[in-house]
Amino acid sequence: MTGILEYSFMQNAFMAAVLVSVACGLVGTYVVVKRIVFISGGISHAAFGGIGLGYFLGVNPILAAIPFSIISALLMGLTSKKVKISEDTAIGILWSLGMAIGIIFINLTPGYVPDLMSYLFGSILTVPVNDLIIMFILDIIIIIMVILFQREFQGISFDEEFSQVMGMPTTVIYLLLLSLVALSVVVMIKVVGVILVIALLTIPAAIAKQYIYHLGRMMILSVIMGMILTTGGLYISYLFNLASGATIVLVLGLGFLVSLLIQKLME
Amino acid sequence: MVHNAVEMENVSVTFNNQPVLTSINLKIGMNDFLAIIGPNGGGKSTLLKVILGLLKADQGRVTVFGNKPGNPHNPIGYLPQHVSFDPDFPINVFDTVLSGRYHGFFKGYSDDDRNLVKKALEEVGMLNFQDRQMSRLSGGQMQRVFIARALVRDPKLLLLDEPMASIDPEMQNSFYKLLSRLRERMAIVLISHDVGAVSTQVESIACLNQRLYYHGPVENSEKGLEAVYKCPIDLISHGIPHRVLKKH
Repeated sequence: MTGILEYSFMQNAFMAAVLVSVACGLVGTYVVVKRIVFISGGISHAAFGGIGLGYFLGVNPILAAIPFSIISALLMGLTSKKVKISEDTAIGILWSLGMAIGIIFINLTPGYVPDLMSYLFGSILTVPVNDLIIMFILDIIIIIMVILFQREFQGISFDEEFSQVMGMPTTVIYLLLLSLVALSVVVMIKVVGVILVIALLTIPAAIAKQYIYHLGRMMILSVIMGMILTTGGLYISYLFNLASGATIVLVLGLGFLVSLLIQKLME
Repeated sequence: MVHNAVEMENVSVTFNNQPVLTSINLKIGMNDFLAIIGPNGGGKSTLLKVILGLLKADQGRVTVFGNKPGNPHNPIGYLPQHVSFDPDFPINVFDTVLSGRYHGFFKGYSDDDRNLVKKALEEVGMLNFQDRQMSRLSGGQMQRVFIARALVRDPKLLLLDEPMASIDPEMQNSFYKLLSRLRERMAIVLISHDVGAVSTQVESIACLNQRLYYHGPVENSEKGLEAVYKCPIDLISHGIPHRVLKKH
């Protein structure tokens, strides 16, 4: 294993895997216990529109995707509360619109057209140091937000009506949580791709949920599981020369299957 | 000086142009123990939600301890009918009750809060279960934890939405004993569609079927019930201590 770390692109890839695991373990725990997997999928696909916009305007796609995905997250969260359409309909609409907008913008961008595949499964092997720094900063923001609002996030995840009776502005907190999902999605989309984002947001937390009955400890185990499985997947993809993003997803899925089996055996 | 826990004047609520509550007038005194009964869909839960501030009245005036409903300082404890929580949610009994001590943004829980949680759990007989996962409790035990969560705020008004629905029959007596202890320090409002569920402790009864019919003391309420349900009612319920019927 030490051999591959001599390449600086592999060092960056491993760093990216670790940084992504932190965001996914924390935010993914809420995504799984509050059952907002579908809306998170919607946010990650809508964020693709921001990536396209960034290319078109000639700014860093990640920075363009931050406002874009936060706005679409807020739209998805608000429509269900304020407009008479169901939340999953709003998600479905914004999901496809975001993707379409991204592709049109990339079409319109003159010159080099970036590889669309790399947005679906990411290109973890080509993460620039700049993106690592942005990911690190976003991780710190996510950690601080979770520490500051842990009571509120737990409240609306567990019992929204009671939280409202306790005086929590539940809609505002829900939108804040969706913004956190949007932030964690943004960092990952270019690095690991739309599909891997959802796998990372759900699988490590789903594994942890089978063994842990405490939100904070569930987050810690999710982060650790995320780190083991993503770096493991990265190493396997290097050994067998496979697409890194897809290999990571498969290793995550395998990890989930194994954890299910262990859980069944323990009962 | 506030004399009543709740005052409602001419309150109406409509959903999608359907009246749910019409011209409700209700005063709940500081030491009342009121049962509100009425058929399903009669607006009982809606009435509680108006008092809690979860729903806004379309018309009329509501004050709760002299404040607007929904003021987080209103000393209300609330036991919802269905707690809409995922039975697999990773939380234990202690933390569930502790969430009833929520103080607002950026304010953590103190040792004082933790002691109050223990007191509330002791009151409902669940202290031994404080580390137990919520998912591993029976329906009746869960109910008691949620009562503790309502009590831990030290409320002056306790709102119970169909509390008998998930209580095991053998638990009913201890539940009534708990209520009789509690009523010395707070007003209690219990709503139920089950007439027989009204306990010996209840002081007064009101019937709700879009409109509210207040009957005052329990003995006088038989006629009113018939008016609301629109048929003669058998008020005898076996195995449950009750005094809905007059002595005869």
